[in-house]
Amino acid sequence: MSGKSESTGNSESKKDAVLKYAFYLGCATPLRERAYEISARRVLKELGVKLVEMKGVNCCGLPIDAVNHEMTLALSARNLVIAEKMGLDILTLCSGCTGQLMKTNKHLKGNRESRERVNSYLKIIRMEFKGTIEVKHLLRVFIEDIGFEKLKTYIKRPLSGMRIAAHYGCHLLMPSKYLEFDDFEDPKFLREFIALLGAEPVRYADEKECCGAVIAGVNLDLPLNLIADKFRNVKNAQADAMTTICPSCHLMYDQHQSSAEKMFDETYNMPVLHFTQLLGLAMGIPAEELALDELKVSSEGLLTAMEQTAYVGQSVRKVWS
Amino acid sequence: MTDNAVESEGVKLQTPSRVNPEFKHEVLSMPGGETLKYCFQCGTCTSCCPIADITDSYRPRTAIRLAQLGLEERLLSSDTLWLCAACYTCTDHCPQGVEVKDVLRVFQNLAVKKGYIPRVYREVGKNILNAGYAYKISKFKMKKRIEKGLPPLSETPPAHMEKLAKATGFHETIAEMEDEE
Repeated sequence: MSGKSESTGNSESKKDAVLKYAFYLGCATPLRERAYEISARRVLKELGVKLVEMKGVNCCGLPIDAVNHEMTLALSARNLVIAEKMGLDILTLCSGCTGQLMKTNKHLKGNRESRERVNSYLKIIRMEFKGTIEVKHLLRVFIEDIGFEKLKTYIKRPLSGMRIAAHYGCHLLMPSKYLEFDDFEDPKFLREFIALLGAEPVRYADEKECCGAVIAGVNLDLPLNLIADKFRNVKNAQADAMTTICPSCHLMYDQHQSSAEKMFDETYNMPVLHFTQLLGLAMGIPAEELALDELKVSSEGLLTAMEQTAYVGQSVRKVWS
Repeated sequence: MTDNAVESEGVKLQTPSRVNPEFKHEVLSMPGGETLKYCFQCGTCTSCCPIADITDSYRPRTAIRLAQLGLEERLLSSDTLWLCAACYTCTDHCPQGVEVKDVLRVFQNLAVKKGYIPRVYREVGKNILNAGYAYKISKFKMKKRIEKGLPPLSETPPAHMEKLAKATGFHETIAEMEDEE
């Protein structure tokens, strides 16, 4: 392994070592979903995970794969090479970036023809893909590198009484032969994460349904149909809030929620929190430091209810609605 | 029923489709298109597709069949080619091991070569060429980052983007679109 942890050894000692990653932001997080970046940095600081900024990186390539696959491979390979030079594994926040970088990484490592072709592009900018690092989404870092057991020791204010619906999204699970993570048809990692925070993970119909963000620029009506479906299912299951692990999914459910409400003349009023914000709250970090005020659908009611119920074990829903 | 079956001036006869028997070979030769030949038209891709679930106009199985039959123009000129949400559900469910999403992406790449491309991709492409990011970077947002205590966003060397774009043919596509404006 590359210099991910400062002391090497078996997996047990790895969990106690200082974790260090090349931090890949992508485009949607810093430019559209700042609250995700703010809350992620805040909880990672608390957890003692070291983030090294990646200099000169570019888009992961996913948004233009439909236009020119070769350019997509070149763009993602360029990011991988920057991390290779840093000698660090990449930590990502966006599922789309994670999927793209992981696919490119694994494909180029295992396919000489593609590697040589992509390296012929990279040679022009004096770079070479070697295949020496790995790519990990933050949630996988929690599961595989930090471990839920250790993470649990940081939970100071369990979110008891809160019913939270998990939105998995697609790109952390599929295509499964590249992602090799959980069960792509019936995943459980995010529900387990919610339970770890002391909240109640809510099961609802079509949990795996896609948010449709990829085609929002071509046809917004179809994704709005998808997200309206999601809100109906989540509300039916009486969830207090939803959580996402990807900035693009979050953008659909938070920033486009009112459009879906207008389109179908329905009211959802469903706060959608980044999973890092939920973790931060459970760790006892003040809401102001987790950029909860930047969410479009207000989480104020939810937070007030949380304050009132935290120590009496009441259901949030009873107080809130 | 017969009352409705009156010919009106608005009825357009469908033009006969041109068949290009070489088209499937072109798809098979492109990275990601290799598995087109394994499709036996069971329809699993369409039945598990979240988009096909909510609209009648998008059918991944049909797109694959059109390619197998060589109905190139009909496939590549279709607007619905761009409704793939890239979720990979089809790929993971195909019993034949067809990389459905990748095959569809090959169709999209070939459509672009013929000049069929939705507008939004022009914007994204230009943004990437200019500054390396898919979204436009505004001074306001950069200022706001610093105010919020975030480090400045790393700058991508535009020369790198241009060189990679020229090597991969991406530059040509975006430049052509700029000429059209």
